[in-house]
Amino acid sequence: MMHFMSFFPYAIAAWLFVMGLYGIVTSRNFVHLIICLAVLQSSTYVVLLSIGYRWGGVPPVFAGPPVGTPAVDPIVQALMLTDIVVEATVVALLLALAVQLHKHTQKLNPDELEALEG
Amino acid sequence: MNRTGRMVFFLISVAGFFAIYLWALRGLSPFGHYPGPYGDVLNKVAVYERHATDVVTAVNFDYRGFDTLGEEFILFISVIGATLLLRRQKSETEDGDQEDESPNRTAPAPSDATRALTLALIGPMVLFGLYIVCHGQLTPGGGFQGGVILATAPLLVYLAGDFESFKKITSHTLVEAAEAAGAGGYLLIGFIGMILGTFYLRNVFALGKTGEVNSSGTIAAISIATGLEVAAGFVLLLYGFLEQTLEIRLGGGKGGGKK
Amino acid sequence: MSGTYLVPLPVVVPLSVAAILAGLNKFFPRRLADIFAMAATFATGAISLELAFLSRVQPIVYWFGGWTPRAGVALGISFAIDPIGASFAALVSLLVLAALIFSLRYFDSVGTLYHVLMLVFLGAMCGFCLTGDLFNLFVFFELMSASAFALCGYKIEEPESLQGSLNFAITNTVGAFLVLTGIALLYGRTGALNMAQIGRSLGTHADGLVITAFVFIMSGFFIKAAVFPFHFWLADAHAVAPTPVCVLFSGVMVELGLYAVIRVYWAIIDGPFASHRPDLRALLLVVGTITALLGGIMCFGQRHIKRLLAFSTVSHMGLMVIGFALLKPEALAGLALYVVGHGLVKGALFIIAGILLHRLGTVDELELHGRAKDMPISSTIFLIAGLGLAGLPPFGTFLGESQVEHSAGALGFGWVSIVFFIAALLTAGAVFRVWAHVYRGWGDVRGAEKSGSKKIHDKRETRKGQPRPFEMHFAAGVLVALAIAVGLIPGLKHEAKTAALLMQDRAAYQARVLDHAWVPVAQANEPHESEMASLARSTAAAVLAFAFGIFAVSRFWPKKSVVSRPVDVLISILRKPHSGHVGDYVAFLTFGVAAFGIVLAVLIVR
Repeated sequence: MMHFMSFFPYAIAAWLFVMGLYGIVTSRNFVHLIICLAVLQSSTYVVLLSIGYRWGGVPPVFAGPPVGTPAVDPIVQALMLTDIVVEATVVALLLALAVQLHKHTQKLNPDELEALEG
Repeated sequence: MNRTGRMVFFLISVAGFFAIYLWALRGLSPFGHYPGPYGDVLNKVAVYERHATDVVTAVNFDYRGFDTLGEEFILFISVIGATLLLRRQKSETEDGDQEDESPNRTAPAPSDATRALTLALIGPMVLFGLYIVCHGQLTPGGGFQGGVILATAPLLVYLAGDFESFKKITSHTLVEAAEAAGAGGYLLIGFIGMILGTFYLRNVFALGKTGEVNSSGTIAAISIATGLEVAAGFVLLLYGFLEQTLEIRLGGGKGGGKK
Repeated sequence: MSGTYLVPLPVVVPLSVAAILAGLNKFFPRRLADIFAMAATFATGAISLELAFLSRVQPIVYWFGGWTPRAGVALGISFAIDPIGASFAALVSLLVLAALIFSLRYFDSVGTLYHVLMLVFLGAMCGFCLTGDLFNLFVFFELMSASAFALCGYKIEEPESLQGSLNFAITNTVGAFLVLTGIALLYGRTGALNMAQIGRSLGTHADGLVITAFVFIMSGFFIKAAVFPFHFWLADAHAVAPTPVCVLFSGVMVELGLYAVIRVYWAIIDGPFASHRPDLRALLLVVGTITALLGGIMCFGQRHIKRLLAFSTVSHMGLMVIGFALLKPEALAGLALYVVGHGLVKGALFIIAGILLHRLGTVDELELHGRAKDMPISSTIFLIAGLGLAGLPPFGTFLGESQVEHSAGALGFGWVSIVFFIAALLTAGAVFRVWAHVYRGWGDVRGAEKSGSKKIHDKRETRKGQPRPFEMHFAAGVLVALAIAVGLIPGLKHEAKTAALLMQDRAAYQARVLDHAWVPVAQANEPHESEMASLARSTAAAVLAFAFGIFAVSRFWPKKSVVSRPVDVLISILRKPHSGHVGDYVAFLTFGVAAFGIVLAVLIVR
């Protein structure tokens, strides 16, 4: 059984994911929806970094402290860098689509777009 | 589905989702007790093997360099995709000069304080970006972080002036070429390993002395190539979006881009 | 080791050529860009095929940067190449080549950007098939998705195109983050990202974390694979994407989603799940059947040809999920053959739809009624491809289907044959109905406007030109011919079964990747030869599907009678969720993930 404080950071990740999903499902504006997608992604940041954390660990940069000092996990940080780049670029693509959509239809509300029914 | 139906359906589903996600998270080791071998092994060996004190950069550009190649191409293709999606359409170029929709109003020029500050910051910004790119293997930094900082320099020019000045200092063709050169450079450095008979992306440059800028072999080179590509990529993105949505601020005020 | 230097090439070659094309964008004439792109694709395909042959003898393990594992801990990223993965990479290259040939002369390319996108798409898919590292799989998944989003939204003049791409992009991105969450969970448990190492460290007990991580990864990839209830985006994306892009989406991209689930399951998850296979089998059989039937019914009710073909892809993905669900080597071999056959046939069908769009400016079945009577070549190819979709011997689809059905029968799931039959009836029947309407002018379409799906307006994607472009017909013809040829290759069934056994052998995979061991490849025992019964059954099914399609255009088709009223009600109920609204799609997505998780949890933990 995990102590509550040891579990809380993980729970935050789950909550962020759920919030992102809620935002996407109930959104009335595509730009808002895309930002909710970014919120959903930040849950992956939290879960990755929480997994790699070590109490009392130094950052995995050994310019000062000698090699062998307990440090946090560098792998999840590298994964997160990739994750951030992925998010930034996907958001850019989606926003480009949203900009063009608005230009053509003057609408950004998913409820109002009915071209693809059935 | 109407909104209420969708909301109810979703709330029930997401409760179940939240439950199983929490159930999974209980199976992890408690927060602050990282167990796994991968990170610890690399923390121990990376500095000796690659003379790089920043293990995260060593992981990014050497141990897991192939992942970063893929990631760099994700940035590359997203910029290309965004450029494609924001391109000038046939109907837009034929319209020619747009009607000035508000002939008696001009967009206010940036204030003197803004201009002074942003112009003063451009030099330090570029220098700082280059510093971050080159010192990736020593301290937190590297191609991605430094590249983004470098990309804000033209943005500062835009803030100080207008889109025309932005366009003047960034030649679209050159920036496109720079982006492709960055991406291609990464691929090329990987090839060097293959040409020399070992594996793709093997670190074959001289490793140098730990703690100096000129160390860690291909890590530094890849970092620079990545910095170039990221900077060029973000400038292209800015270019595309600014062209689409902002009014071009000239002396007489010209409405453009919007209908 | 011979062929080692070939391993990174299927990824690196397309990406390099893409970088060159992008850098010299303004200076590249269109012809030269086409030649470069096709040459790069051809080279990638040839190399992948060579790797497939080499890995039959012994799967190839390649460590990027030379980082071989130390004491069983993988430090770098590996490619672990086996025949199934390399063959899929070859299939991808073939379809990309067909798509590029289709777009040769008339497709409206924006500088070289189209070619850059296609090449990066190709490189990403090849990397996806060959990799042995879980996070690398995710990175190539994202690269594949990013290029797909841009290619899907290519026609920015049409608002439907933008909406379809947004639906596609948003649902698939949520899926990608689900996959990443699953990977993070597995990393948290095992501290490894290499598939073989995770498999070794995961042990044999399936607890909450393992089950949920698998559910997340499976759901995320099932979103890409357009399996119910994650399939809603596929029809929207196909309705609006340019034809060569549709060829790739339906031909290989969705199948790769299923491939990832299969790879992750057999390399990693089968350890903890080995004693729970019947539970997983039950869940996936249900899901596959629902997908197959739902896809088939929706397919039959469409009037937009590309959307119709998209729903047929959904249906066939359901059949493929059934093939995986059986969790047996013979079924997996059948699935691999089915993927190849289906990809080729579906690609040809989309190309023919593209020819219709090029020549007649629309792909609406009712609008095209009788207008293509003077296109005999397209008509023939369309008809033959439809027969391939129905699983007529000797197409590759029949080969795969018979293996899956035999395996299902051996396990006691004889009803799987009925599902295959109904799916063929509905999807191939719809194709035959289109053939009858468009190429023959049979049937009466007055009054059909009021019922059925809405009309989607199409704009041309190609410059007006020659009405019978050789390149387009050539591409479609070659794909169909290959689909038939695949079914005729001697010994292919045995090869497929050996390859399937290889993919399912977890211990050998781990030994080869982590211990640099040489483990001999176990040859399969002789696979079941198609008895006359299954040959006869499949031929009958194809003929019946044809008859059904023709029946649908005849005057005997019930339009207003008592029989069709409840059917119409059923179809309109099924159509409701396919609303084009991304919030609905994501709601269903959440429901699917939660349902999979709770069902598996209950089945396994009790």
